[in-house]
Amino acid sequence: MKARPTNMLARIYLGLVLAFLYLPILVMAAMSFNSSQFYMLPIDWTFDWYVKLAHNTRLLESTRNSILVAMVTTVIASVLGTAASIAFFRYEFRFKKVLQAALFPPIAIPWLITGTAMLLFFFWSGIGRGLHAMILGHVALALPYVIIVVSARIKGFDPDLEAAARSLGASPWQVIRHVTLPYLAPGFIAGALFAFAVSFDQFVISYFLSVPGVSTLPVEIYTAIKKGFTPEINAISTLVIAFSITLLVIVSRFYRFGGDR
Amino acid sequence: MAVSDTERSPTRRRQPSNAKSIVGLTGPAYLWLIVTILLPLAAMLYFSFLSDVPLPGRDWQVTLSNYAAFFQEDFYRTLMLRSLRLGFEVALWCFLIGFPCAYVLAKTIKGRWREALFLMVIIPFWSNALIRVFSWTMVLRGNGMLERLLDWLIPGFGSLNLMFTYEAVVIGLVHSYLPYMILTCYISLSTIDDDLIDAARSMGAGRLTVLRRIILPLSMPGIVAGAVLIFVPVIGSFMEPRILGGREGTFLGTVIEDQFTSVFNWPLGAALSFILLACVLIIFAIFQPILRRAS
Repeated sequence: MKARPTNMLARIYLGLVLAFLYLPILVMAAMSFNSSQFYMLPIDWTFDWYVKLAHNTRLLESTRNSILVAMVTTVIASVLGTAASIAFFRYEFRFKKVLQAALFPPIAIPWLITGTAMLLFFFWSGIGRGLHAMILGHVALALPYVIIVVSARIKGFDPDLEAAARSLGASPWQVIRHVTLPYLAPGFIAGALFAFAVSFDQFVISYFLSVPGVSTLPVEIYTAIKKGFTPEINAISTLVIAFSITLLVIVSRFYRFGGDR
Repeated sequence: MAVSDTERSPTRRRQPSNAKSIVGLTGPAYLWLIVTILLPLAAMLYFSFLSDVPLPGRDWQVTLSNYAAFFQEDFYRTLMLRSLRLGFEVALWCFLIGFPCAYVLAKTIKGRWREALFLMVIIPFWSNALIRVFSWTMVLRGNGMLERLLDWLIPGFGSLNLMFTYEAVVIGLVHSYLPYMILTCYISLSTIDDDLIDAARSMGAGRLTVLRRIILPLSMPGIVAGAVLIFVPVIGSFMEPRILGGREGTFLGTVIEDQFTSVFNWPLGAALSFILLACVLIIFAIFQPILRRAS
């Protein structure tokens, strides 16, 4: 394994896999700067499509909706998720295993099934569709991730710190505010950003819960793709993917994907 | 609310006074999951046994005909097999491409590079799936990037016509889910002690023997976990086949979507969703022991 040729080969292979993962996105990004609507080469560089984007009210409107839904989702999911993580860490109780296992379905069941089930139930029960329904759905998807991320951080917490604070005369609320929460902060931030990313990039659930005229950016992009390719979609897609990759790189500063290394 | 009288109960185990805190802390999250996951699934199960949507002014009764349709008509069985085949093929390709990649990351590359490259592989998985699938249309379409590249390498190569084919759907899905397989394999591979491999090598085992007798068996939990976690969403996919498959992209997922968005036969859609869910649950049940070990 220490022989150089194998090492070289291994690196080339890794390079090819990375090319497979990133090249389509880079091609799309390049084409969003191409003035030719038929993607002629060589690329004739232009910002026209981005300028057009700024005047596309439908896309702007749906971008606003996406940000709104993602922000509300982030607040609700991080608060509820952190509270549950604290309970899991602090207490032993009979249904703990069951509750932890119940986090699995929102992640594991195909979104098509959860999405259509939500559509059917929300419509039937009178909750209805639209942004509030999307927030309901997005929080359900984001919650398990928040709990996993926050729990990973909380594991390293030493309960003696709380006991020490208490013995020095801190009230229960002061213990939480000055000891527990500051320690949890990095996990909380990572969980919140993750929730934002999950919601902002979510397409399937939003698609089933959208009503004509009220949709999020991914739903609007999907509709536009089905109508036919235009460089304008490339432009907005490039912006969205650049944004979500940046967001995830920031998350990775707070939380190690794939556990301890 | 959060801190109960923990001072008086140093063991903090099953104290009745803790019950209020536990309910207060976990209640909101789980109430939310009940309203958004459990009740919708229950409602869908109910709908799947009805002849029409149970709304005022509609005529509906309880029936088994939605499920009967699936078992009687060849169309749905063929569709199911097609979706299962797609899931199997995508998982297989992800393994073939992803396992060596995970191995290189876990065993050949060291230090800061490993962390950076690992992140580069994993991050696309969490980014926007729709856009990543869409980006393939730029590459695969007639006279797109791939054809131009091949034409430049081999003049007169001609046309591939990959867009709107089964293969295009497979390519797009492998691209979407490959990082998952790399992640799960990487986690199991990094738990294998390098000394074990060195020991086998020093005792004269060839590379292939080491791979077959040590590395593959020890990383099996990761491989299976990756395969299951890819297989399940793929058999329920509808957006990827729609964008890349065109008319060739009819699978169980797209037919379910049709029932809800264009045909408006919700009871049939609900029954098909539940059959899909049953498949998913069976798969999870079969592989549960391995999945538990992997996590």
